[in-house]
Amino acid sequence: MSWFTLFRSKPRNTADLARQRLQIIVAQARAERGGPDYLPMLKRELLEVIRKYVHVAPDAVEVNLSNEGEHEVLEMNIVLPDREAGDID
Amino acid sequence: MSEVIVVTSGKGGVGKTTSSASIAMGIARRGHKVVVVDFDVGLRNLDLIMGCERRVVYDFVNVITKECTLRQALIKDKRQENLSILAASQTRDKDALTPEGVERVLGELREEFEYIICDSPAGIEKGAFLAMYYADRAIVVVNPEVSSVRDSDRILGLLSSKTRRSETDQAKVDEHLLLTRYSPRRVVDGDMMSLQDVEEILGIPVLGVIPESEEVLQSSNSGIPVILDLDSPAGQAYDDAVARLLGEQRPLRFVEPGKKGLLQRLFGG
Repeated sequence: MSWFTLFRSKPRNTADLARQRLQIIVAQARAERGGPDYLPMLKRELLEVIRKYVHVAPDAVEVNLSNEGEHEVLEMNIVLPDREAGDID
Repeated sequence: MSEVIVVTSGKGGVGKTTSSASIAMGIARRGHKVVVVDFDVGLRNLDLIMGCERRVVYDFVNVITKECTLRQALIKDKRQENLSILAASQTRDKDALTPEGVERVLGELREEFEYIICDSPAGIEKGAFLAMYYADRAIVVVNPEVSSVRDSDRILGLLSSKTRRSETDQAKVDEHLLLTRYSPRRVVDGDMMSLQDVEEILGIPVLGVIPESEEVLQSSNSGIPVILDLDSPAGQAYDDAVARLLGEQRPLRFVEPGKKGLLQRLFGG
């Protein structure tokens, strides 16, 4: 810190912000990794279909692929809004 | 048994070629026969960093297309007899590198050299893919900066799925983190992610930390790998990294800020 910046208020810790943002985005990327290539597309289209009928946030649809024994399980979790607030009509 | 080591990163400009040149030189100085191969077809630069740009007659693509023999294309380093360079070609044809061609040339290099260092191009296109495909080990060069870390994570994903080791039953590619352009002072000030931050996010073992230092530019200006400047922090840090790569234990240096004088504190710098 130099003489000229001595009196300015201390800037926030941007390194910490970088670390937090990366932790989220990297965890997300890793969760999708190894899954089939169509998974992100499937997720996007599902979201579009759901949004035709109810207002949901982009992160309200969770699609996960996991292995259970010899089966692959496609798990979908959609958080619907409260009935009155969410209905389009 | 020879080893193929890819130096990769995803993002450009983080120090892949600088690191390839210094690591290759460092291993050769320790008595091993080393070749460093430039995979950046169309954007040849390793020759400049190594200071042999005027001695390139034939290149990697010429060997693949059998326009010359491997021996004709290899350039022997004038400072270090254990070290040879295989330059990239300046052709604009991206398909010049073929998987079969690369495999054949690497096979021939394995007969003569103990270590084959593959300097990967940036990105995740064909050149980068081929540079990593046959690797036994990978050195992932990362800057403590968001886009570099994210791209490196992408590269780690490719290393675990798009390499020969991942496609066969062999052990997985051995991954190493090389953090470059590190500034301990800025880490203390909260402007730069720390080594621990990057290590935690990427989750691979640290091979070395290269401090930001002016000697790196001076070295590339003069075509001398910075590891030959053992008075410089960067040169010493590369020397440590090479020692660790070859199995030696060495404590990390240059990860704490140096003491600043009173004048420096008042007037910056």
